[in-house]
Amino acid sequence: MLTKQRGPGGPAPSRYGNEETPVHVHGFLTEKLSLNLDKSVTTSATCGSSVTYGTSAPSESAVGEPGGCEGRRGLPRSLGWPPCSMTQSVVVQVGQCGNQIGCCFWDLALREHAAVNQKGIYDEAISSFFRNVDTRVVGDGGSISKGKICSLKARAVLIDMEEGVVNEILQGPLRDVFDTKQLITDISGSGNNWAVGHRVFGNLYQEQILEKLRKSAEHCDCLQCFFIIHSMGGGTGSGLGTFLLKVLEDEFPEVYRLVTSVYPSGEDDVITSPYNSILAMKELNEHADCVLPIDNQSLFDIISKIDLMVNSGKLGTTIKPKSLVTSSAGASKKRQEKPFDAMNNIVANLLLNLTSSARFEGSLNMDLNEISMNLVPFPQLHYLVSSLTPLYTLADVNIPPRRLDQMFSDAFSKHHQLIQADPKHNLYLACALMVRGNVQISDLRRNIERLKPSLQFVSWNQEGWKTSLCSVPPVGHSYSLLALANNTCVKPTFVELRERFMRLYKKKAHLHHYLQIEGMEESCFTEAVSSLSALIQEYNQLDATKSMPVEDLPRLSIAV
Amino acid sequence: MSIVTLQLGQCGNQIGFEVFDALFSDSHCPQRLCSKRENEAYQASCKERFFSEEENGVPIARAVLVDMEPKVINQTLLKAAQSGRWKYGQHSGFCQKQGSGNNWAYGYSVHGPRHEEPILNLIQKEAEKCDSLSGFFIIMSMAGGTGSGLGAFVTQNLQDQYSSSLKMNQIIWPYGTGEVIVQNYNSILTLSHLYRSSDALLVHENDAVHKICAKLMNIKHISFSDINQVLAHQLGSVFQPTYSAEGSFHYRRNPLGIDWQVRPPLSGLPTLGKTSLNKELHFNTSIANLLILRGKDVHSADLGGFKDPALYTSWLAPDNAFNVWKTQRAFSKYEKSAALVSNSQFLVKPLDVIVGKAWNMFASKAYIHQYTKFGIEEEDFLDSFTLLEQVVASYRNL
Repeated sequence: MLTKQRGPGGPAPSRYGNEETPVHVHGFLTEKLSLNLDKSVTTSATCGSSVTYGTSAPSESAVGEPGGCEGRRGLPRSLGWPPCSMTQSVVVQVGQCGNQIGCCFWDLALREHAAVNQKGIYDEAISSFFRNVDTRVVGDGGSISKGKICSLKARAVLIDMEEGVVNEILQGPLRDVFDTKQLITDISGSGNNWAVGHRVFGNLYQEQILEKLRKSAEHCDCLQCFFIIHSMGGGTGSGLGTFLLKVLEDEFPEVYRLVTSVYPSGEDDVITSPYNSILAMKELNEHADCVLPIDNQSLFDIISKIDLMVNSGKLGTTIKPKSLVTSSAGASKKRQEKPFDAMNNIVANLLLNLTSSARFEGSLNMDLNEISMNLVPFPQLHYLVSSLTPLYTLADVNIPPRRLDQMFSDAFSKHHQLIQADPKHNLYLACALMVRGNVQISDLRRNIERLKPSLQFVSWNQEGWKTSLCSVPPVGHSYSLLALANNTCVKPTFVELRERFMRLYKKKAHLHHYLQIEGMEESCFTEAVSSLSALIQEYNQLDATKSMPVEDLPRLSIAV
Repeated sequence: MSIVTLQLGQCGNQIGFEVFDALFSDSHCPQRLCSKRENEAYQASCKERFFSEEENGVPIARAVLVDMEPKVINQTLLKAAQSGRWKYGQHSGFCQKQGSGNNWAYGYSVHGPRHEEPILNLIQKEAEKCDSLSGFFIIMSMAGGTGSGLGAFVTQNLQDQYSSSLKMNQIIWPYGTGEVIVQNYNSILTLSHLYRSSDALLVHENDAVHKICAKLMNIKHISFSDINQVLAHQLGSVFQPTYSAEGSFHYRRNPLGIDWQVRPPLSGLPTLGKTSLNKELHFNTSIANLLILRGKDVHSADLGGFKDPALYTSWLAPDNAFNVWKTQRAFSKYEKSAALVSNSQFLVKPLDVIVGKAWNMFASKAYIHQYTKFGIEEEDFLDSFTLLEQVVASYRNL
């Protein structure tokens, strides 16, 4: 199953804007989605009914003046000093796959915030991914920093060299969430050719890309991270997506670049996907701060497993439709028609959980800059295996602690990983556990102690655990866990990719498509593959230490 | 005399709140076991130390809150204000938007110099509010980036600006099994820098407090809130007013009159008036001990065991090495309570473990690029290792 559709031909079936979509969210969001079902666009009506703006547009307000609505009940309106705002992130979704996943992400993000923020106040958590805009103000201004939510705009830049997916998004229920000025599209597509995406479109759209990125950065008070979503096997996501990385590094050197990359599986029907992937890998090696590799096969396996649970009625309980992992449509019959929807939702959940501790409060926070700090011991080794649990919610709510421990065990099971790999039989360099919900530090510690013996950590990082506790659980669950592992188990994926590449390259198959692009030479290929080989070699060296006994090194001796 | 508390980072702010809450609660505790006059003197002394003039009758904590990201400070301020019993000053907080990313180098070399002025101004304002400043109590963790790195930077600054005031740093020793992967690096950098600028390091280990919660208090699902409350309780029992051994009529004026580096108190729980000491062969040698007794029978307690020369080094006589402070006013709800603040070999093992782990990691150069990016070089690490090995050796040779 692929997240990419085959070619741009024909109108793609609409994945949203279906009247059957049940909407179980509150307040402003209900209005927003139902509006779009009517296909009428009256954006001013997205404001809550109790707005008392008067005749003038609300200005960037001072502290504690929420434009007429009451502050949170019972709490002092203002603490008398300017509360600091949090950081913001910008999502850059590139190519077909990137945009489809991105779209799922924005949908889930809105639902999550709607569920958590019931009074419709534009707060710090929402501001990390959304702007609050007064749509009555013409032009680019009209950003409202506080007060009631008027109209939310995603901090996103959408890039695709075909129009199909982006057009679909702009006609769907999320169309008002995207700022039409933040799109870059073309019509011809990249033909599954990394060189076309990277060199041709890169050159063509460099200025525009810079402009849109700068704009999105300007709208941020304090921009902390770029989330890039793309696939590796095609042309646009792979080529243009990685071209972007270099642009981001030069233009915004202080801002993190966290890349979610969908790797092609063995049965990928795009013949040139190994070329595209390897060429893209070199860019990821050099310009990404952190990469979360995903593969379609794993996502498909997860969805199949969920289907199995639902259809077999094995446990005698039902799966809550509200569970974000399976929802936007929620009904299982839909899933058979559009499996990629559910698969993309998993990746969207990954991104939501990754940022939850930065957006919401908790007893042990973990900001985005801590991910790289703790999980990347050497600059090159920044590929993290992710696993997410739970994947579905059972209808019973009172889950005793034993189930909580099961959640931790699941996170280390291959069935919950978003990439095919075997961390348990390889070497951990570092591991992060990001917990959401009503979980305490003792639960976390108990489970680490329990699971530690079955995992192998590198000698110099025997206690290489980074943990975070966020109080706000995801919608539909009491708690959840995201595990990010820097583990040598990614090596086989890369080795296999290299093998597939070599099979093609040895025969020079399809090479002319690339070489005919200006600036492309065979050296591009050989450099890319040696970059990958160097990476594999680093993993090899670490693996070699696996069976060695852990000894303490001799310490400095001091004369007392 | 007053103490200005500096709460740094998530840990510092979360604990700081609990400390002020514990001090306030104890101060207004109905069960006192002493005369009304005694109690009033106690309350007045406590208030002078930790709280400043009230507006609308709500005392304001003598505290400065600092964090490099806003969530925790906002919550802390709100929690205090909501309680209605005490609160933080309106302008006593300083925060930024983006945290230190668990990076000591970032906290020390970037945030420190960048925000030196506003932070020190806040501290100065708070200090000026005191009739007589005893010193500073800085609450920070070692594992993260802000408490540790910025904490080290600020303490250094206080050393320069307020050289005649005492600086005591409350350090939170992280769990052995990671909270933060680079916690050992952050810890050794913090300790080595604080050694040069702080007067006293009061240490609490998360592991030890966790055990107290589990074994002594039987809490099933221990949260950071539980841990922080136990910690606050211990600190309260040390810092609340007492009389010194000289038997003066006023409560000790200098609550920070501890001249040496100190160690975790064991207390908070009701104990018998008489403590018997087993003469085991293996016990930690102390440089000095401070015992604080509160409640019933404090004057009749037999403290002979604490003066046993076997406990102390040969170069300091027990009479000099052992001090006791007392008050009949009970602490919190305990009829009798005792706190022991100790400068002893207790810390050698945990310190040795941290230095060892950091050294192993350093040998492989893992994560070093994250520090050199912000100006902390390998030599800085080596300097830290050297200093701490000396500390370990010195304590071992007591």
